[in-house]
Amino acid sequence: MSRKGVVVSNPYNRLTAEQVELVHRTSLELLEKPGILFYNREAVEMLEKAGASSTATREGEYEAWWVSIPPRIVEQVLETVPHKITLGARNPEHSLQLDTDEMRVHFGSGSETNIWLEVHPETFVSQDNPQNKRVFPTITRRRGTVADLCVSAHLAENLENLDFFLRNVNVQDKDITEENKDVNKFFASLNNTTKHVMGGLTDFRQLDNVVKMAEIIAGGREELQKNPLVSFITSVIKSPLQVVEETAEKLIAVSRMGLPVVISTSPQGGSTAPIEEAGMLAQVNAEVLTGVIINQLAAPGAPVIYGAVPVRARMDNLHDMYGVPELFHYNASCAQMARYYGIPCYSTAGVGDSKVPGMQAAAEKMLTHSTVPLAAPGLIHYSFGLLEKTMTFSMEQALLDNHHISMAKFLCHEPAISLETMEEQKEVINKVMNSPNRLYARYARRALRRGDIFPNYPFQGDLEDQDDTLLKAHAEVQKLLSNPPNHLSEEICTEIFDRVPGLLTRLNPYKK
Amino acid sequence: MSEDIIDKIISNVLQGRRDKDDEGIDEGYEDQPGVTELVNEALEQGVDVEKILAEGLSRGMELVGEKYETGEYFIPDMLAAAEAVGAAMEIMEPHLLKKGSKESKGKVIIATVEKDIHDIGKNLVSIMLKGAGFAVIDLGINVPASRIAEEVEKENAGLVGLSALLDTTMPFMAKTIEELENRNLRDKVKVIIGGAPTSDQFAREIGADAFGADAFAAVNLAEKLMVRGGK
Repeated sequence: MSRKGVVVSNPYNRLTAEQVELVHRTSLELLEKPGILFYNREAVEMLEKAGASSTATREGEYEAWWVSIPPRIVEQVLETVPHKITLGARNPEHSLQLDTDEMRVHFGSGSETNIWLEVHPETFVSQDNPQNKRVFPTITRRRGTVADLCVSAHLAENLENLDFFLRNVNVQDKDITEENKDVNKFFASLNNTTKHVMGGLTDFRQLDNVVKMAEIIAGGREELQKNPLVSFITSVIKSPLQVVEETAEKLIAVSRMGLPVVISTSPQGGSTAPIEEAGMLAQVNAEVLTGVIINQLAAPGAPVIYGAVPVRARMDNLHDMYGVPELFHYNASCAQMARYYGIPCYSTAGVGDSKVPGMQAAAEKMLTHSTVPLAAPGLIHYSFGLLEKTMTFSMEQALLDNHHISMAKFLCHEPAISLETMEEQKEVINKVMNSPNRLYARYARRALRRGDIFPNYPFQGDLEDQDDTLLKAHAEVQKLLSNPPNHLSEEICTEIFDRVPGLLTRLNPYKK
Repeated sequence: MSEDIIDKIISNVLQGRRDKDDEGIDEGYEDQPGVTELVNEALEQGVDVEKILAEGLSRGMELVGEKYETGEYFIPDMLAAAEAVGAAMEIMEPHLLKKGSKESKGKVIIATVEKDIHDIGKNLVSIMLKGAGFAVIDLGINVPASRIAEEVEKENAGLVGLSALLDTTMPFMAKTIEELENRNLRDKVKVIIGGAPTSDQFAREIGADAFGADAFAAVNLAEKLMVRGGK
C-alpha cells in the first residue's frame, strides 16, 4: 500500500455538481459534433465496431476520418475503466497505489527539457573596493545528455517528495539516434532510481525493447504485470480534437500489454483550445475521453490515467504559460472531472516560466505547487526543477521545489479538531495560565516530534545583504549526489545489455 | 544508588520534566518523578548537594545545549529543561547555603522597562538564566527606572537585564542607566539590554555593557560578565 504523497481527504471542488454535469454533457456533444479527427485507421475501425460513425477525408497528404462518437460508447468504457491502478517500482516500497476513492496526491518530475542549467559558485571582487569579495552563483546552460539524465535520476532517488520519475532531460548526445534513444533513456532512468519510471516513447518500434528491459528488471512478464515498474505516456491527442496516427498506435499496443498508460493532452488556452475555462474544460475533457475510449476498446479494463495538461498561452507570443492562476483553474477542474469518472488523474504543478531560479521562479512555482494538490489529482507531474516553461531543468531548482512540495503537502493536512484534541488543549491552556511565565513553548515539543510543526526554510541564507539560497541549494545538491547511486545488479545489467540492442556501453556501471 | 538518581535527574532534565505531571518529549515518562521530585529524593538519600548540582542538573543542561547545537533540540526543549532546572535550584538553594557553597552564579535583576508591556523575550532570558544557575529576580513589565535601581541596591545584584520591544520605550533603558549612575550603583552592576529594536550600537550609545541578540546570547554574556568577570 502506498504511503507516499499526501492524502487530501476533503478536496477542493472548484466546480459545482451542476457544472461538472454541464462539462460532461458538453464534452459528449463535442465527441459527436464536430466529432474527433482521426489519423489512425485501426482506432477508427475499433470505434466503428463499437457503434461510432466515420467519414473519410484528407488532411493535406494524409488520410483522415471524422469520427462521431455517441455517448453510449463513453458510458461503455466508463464501465470497464479501472478505479485503482498500481504503479510499481524497482524497490516495491516505492510503488504507488492510485485509488480514486483515497485521494492521495503524488508528485513527480518531467518534462523532457532540452536545456540543462548548471550553477557555479564564483568569487567576484568589487572594482570600486578590491577588499569587497563576494561569492555569487553564475549560471551556464547547455544541451542535455544521457549522463545528465543519469545524474538527475540519481538526484530523484534522493528527493523525499519525488514519488515517480519522469525523465526531465532530453538526451542529445551525438551517438543517440532516434532508434536507440528510447532504450537508453529508459535504462539511464531505471539504473539510477528505484522509484516508478514513467515516460513517452520516441520510436514506437522500441516499445518491445523497453518492455523487455522492464521484464528483466521485474523478473519476468508476469512479475512486470504485478509490479509495473514502468508506465507510458501517450500524447495521443493533438489539440484541438485530433488523434495522432503514430501515438494512437503506441496507445493501442501499450493498452494490450496491460501496462499503465497516461492519456496526455495539452491544449493551450488561447491557441489550441478556448482560453475561457468553460470551453477549455469541455474540449480537454473530450480529448482525454477519446484517449480513454481507444485504450478501453483496445483492452477493456486496462490501467489508464486521465492526463489533462491544460496550459494557457502568453498573449504577447503565444508560448505556453504555467505560472499563472488560470493553470490552477484548469487543473483543479480537470482533477474534479477525473474524480467524477473515477479515473486516476495526472495533473500539473510547479513549473516556472522564469529562465533562472530566483524570485520569479519561486512565485510562479509556489502558486501552483500550493494550490493544485488541494484539488486532489492522483499524480502531479512537472513538479521538480522546471524553468522557462518546460524547456530548462535545474537540479538546484529541483531541490528547492522538493522543499516547496513539503510545504504544499503540509497545507493539505486535515485539521486535527475533535473532542479529544479540544479536551487536551483546554487542559494545556489552564496549565499555562497557572504557570509563572504563561508560555506555551514546552507544550510545542510533542507536536514538534510528531512532525506537526513545519520546519524552518532549509536554504535560508546567512547573509544580511545578499540572498544566498541558490548557493546553499547548490551545496546540498552536491552532497546528495555524493550518495552512492542505487544501480541495478551486475547480473541484471549484463542480461539487459545482452538482450536489449542499442544500449550505450558507457551506461553500464560494471564496464568502466 | 546515587548514580541511579543522578542519571534519572539528567534524563529528566533532557526531557524538560519539572515534575511528574509534565509531559516530556518521549513516551514512557508518564507519572514518573520529574526533576524537582528527583532532587528532593536525592537530598533525602543524602546525595551530596554539589554532586546533584554539578553531575545532575548542570550536566543535564550541558547535554541539552549540545543537542541544541546539533539541531536535535529546539528552543521549547531548552526552555522546558531550563524551567525544570530553575525550579530544582529553588529547592537546592537552602542546602547549598547550609553547606557554604556558592548558591548561584550571581544575582540578576531583570525587567521590561517603563511603558512597555512585552515580556516574551524577557521571560525567555529569565528562564534560561535560572536554568544556567543564576539567581534571577524578575520584576515583570512596565517597571520604572527608580524601581529597578532600588532593587539593584537592595539585592546587591551583579547584573541588570533590560528589555524593550518598542522604539518608543527604548529611551527608558537609558533613563534606567542614568538612575543607576545617579545612585552611584553603575560601577557595581553590569547592564545587558535586549529586544527587537535594540542593537549593539544602541547599547554603546546609552552606556550599557552589552547587547544580547537572543536568550542564548544573554546567558553567554551573563556568564562572561559575572562568572568570568570580563566585559
